[in-house]
Amino acid sequence: MIETLIRNFPLVAAVVLMGIGLYILIFKRNLIKIVMGITILSSSVNLFLVTLGYRTGGIAPIYTDAPEGLMVLPVVQALTLTNIVIAVATSALILSLVIRIYRHTGSLDSKKSRRMKG
Amino acid sequence: MATLIEHSSILIIAVPLLIAFLTPLIGMASKKARNAVVIVGLSFVAFLVFALARDVILNGIHTYTLGATSPSLTIPEGAMMPIRIILEVDGVSVFMGIVVAIVSLVAVVYSLSSMKGETGQNRFYTLLLLMVAGAFGMVFTGDLFNLFVFLEITSISGAALVAFKTRFADSQEGGFKYIVVSAVASLMVLFAISLLYAQYNLLNIGALAAAMQYTMLDRIALVILIAAFAMKLGGVPMHMWLSDTYSVAPVSITVLLITVSQASMYALMRIGFILYGVTLDLAVVGWIIIAIGILSMFIGVTMAVRQTDITRLIAYNCVCESGFMLVGFGVGLAVLGNHTALRTYGTTAISGAIFHMINHALFEGLLFLVAGAIFYRIGTRDLNRMGGLGHTMKFTAAFFLLGALASSGLPPFNGFASKILIYESVYQFNPVLTIIGILVSIITLAVFVKAFFSAFTGAVLPKYEDIKEVPKTMIAAMTIFAVIIIIFGLFPGLIVDWIVRPATDALVDQASYINTIMGAIP
Repeated sequence: MIETLIRNFPLVAAVVLMGIGLYILIFKRNLIKIVMGITILSSSVNLFLVTLGYRTGGIAPIYTDAPEGLMVLPVVQALTLTNIVIAVATSALILSLVIRIYRHTGSLDSKKSRRMKG
Repeated sequence: MATLIEHSSILIIAVPLLIAFLTPLIGMASKKARNAVVIVGLSFVAFLVFALARDVILNGIHTYTLGATSPSLTIPEGAMMPIRIILEVDGVSVFMGIVVAIVSLVAVVYSLSSMKGETGQNRFYTLLLLMVAGAFGMVFTGDLFNLFVFLEITSISGAALVAFKTRFADSQEGGFKYIVVSAVASLMVLFAISLLYAQYNLLNIGALAAAMQYTMLDRIALVILIAAFAMKLGGVPMHMWLSDTYSVAPVSITVLLITVSQASMYALMRIGFILYGVTLDLAVVGWIIIAIGILSMFIGVTMAVRQTDITRLIAYNCVCESGFMLVGFGVGLAVLGNHTALRTYGTTAISGAIFHMINHALFEGLLFLVAGAIFYRIGTRDLNRMGGLGHTMKFTAAFFLLGALASSGLPPFNGFASKILIYESVYQFNPVLTIIGILVSIITLAVFVKAFFSAFTGAVLPKYEDIKEVPKTMIAAMTIFAVIIIIFGLFPGLIVDWIVRPATDALVDQASYINTIMGAIP
């Protein structure tokens, strides 16, 4: 049991991070903290993806001066890079919206800055 | 022409992307040229979509492999699985493509006058075209990861567009809610995709469907995917963001947001029917989707009753109408493994749901455009402060009535045509569902009658005496929707035969979707 846990430690860490991210999103009221929650969630998915792509003994698929051995098909690494780029765009946009909301309402507390109900 | 059709699926995504980044350049020189380029470009895309639709319906599934020597070469020589990005266009995709093409064209025509006088219009059209390209990509792609990327493109450009009028505090809030919900939903989608990739080392939907074992991890991935896409399409209990976002966005954008929600519903169905298919616990998953649908119908309509803001009222009606589609698809999914039930009423239920998708985009689109026209003239969305607008805004009043009757499912409008298909087939599955559906339709009618009377009838209020009809391009945009609604309502049989039936056949035919991808193995 413990051994399996240690062997899969990165996966467990990813899931724990995901839990933290979702907790922040659901229970925190500060808008900046919500942005942080999304970023943590995104990082946890990235960690999960990169962990899946690890192959023991595999070598990076760079053909110049490649050492002997099996190359790894870098699909998940490509997915991770794409997700990192998307996450940057998302957090930039969302932070700019937070700034706008703060200018209009003078508060970052979602209970106070909220206009629409029902 | 043959070459154009061969490459049309990628052109439909690439042309809006290209124009999106050309508009700021052209817009610096001349505003008129920019508007012309956007409209001509989207008309060309619409033409390509219709040409592709004809080709797909006549000749079967169309594939396009990016980077291959021939577009139909899905599996590279020497490999055993598809590793390139593949666009796979079948009947459902092309049906959704038609929806996106019509709605995006109308949205642009309407924006020409509704956005006049706003700052940063060049960027507005850039974002709008990005969103259109993302929506086309979502419905045309045959690759799960591409689906995620296009989902993110629509979410980011959509959120920026919702918050486009930065002087209103509530549109900033609506944009914030939209991006938070979309970001969480799409990250969950990516997590589910990685769970699938971990087991099968595949991302292509057709290849994954062929390899699907329905293990425990697949079930977890399915639950996450259903939850994420249901959140993105605004199904109860994840509907809170929808009314806040739809009601504050510029209306031409709300109309596009509806189609993006439809594209999420399409993705849900693609995953249910094609990716998992008969390996599912069909009854359980079918009933889960039916339950989300019934809840959406009921809570959507009851929340609509108590709204005084006209756009929020229509937004809750959107939640309610999505429920009808979910019920139709859910019934189809629940009987997918049972051939006699599928043939007697299952396909009819799916047809009704698919037909309702295009009808929903049309009449909700029309209603939102009308609400936007009212806001454009009198500057408020509060029904209590309106009155007597029908005396001066005659066309707008007529369009609202048309949309309201179509939405409530009254003959001879298009809403009736699709709802009757859902009612009669769902009745054979479970009569209670049909009874709830009819009840919900009646309450919808009551909601709209209330809204119509408080906005358009009665004596002209003194402050609105010099209100004029809205500009011609806005009338033109609403007329396009209205004419299509009437045509669909008068000749539903033709529409069902031409585009809905091929879409239904494509959705229940998992084998040919898989064979188109995997058949190329030597």
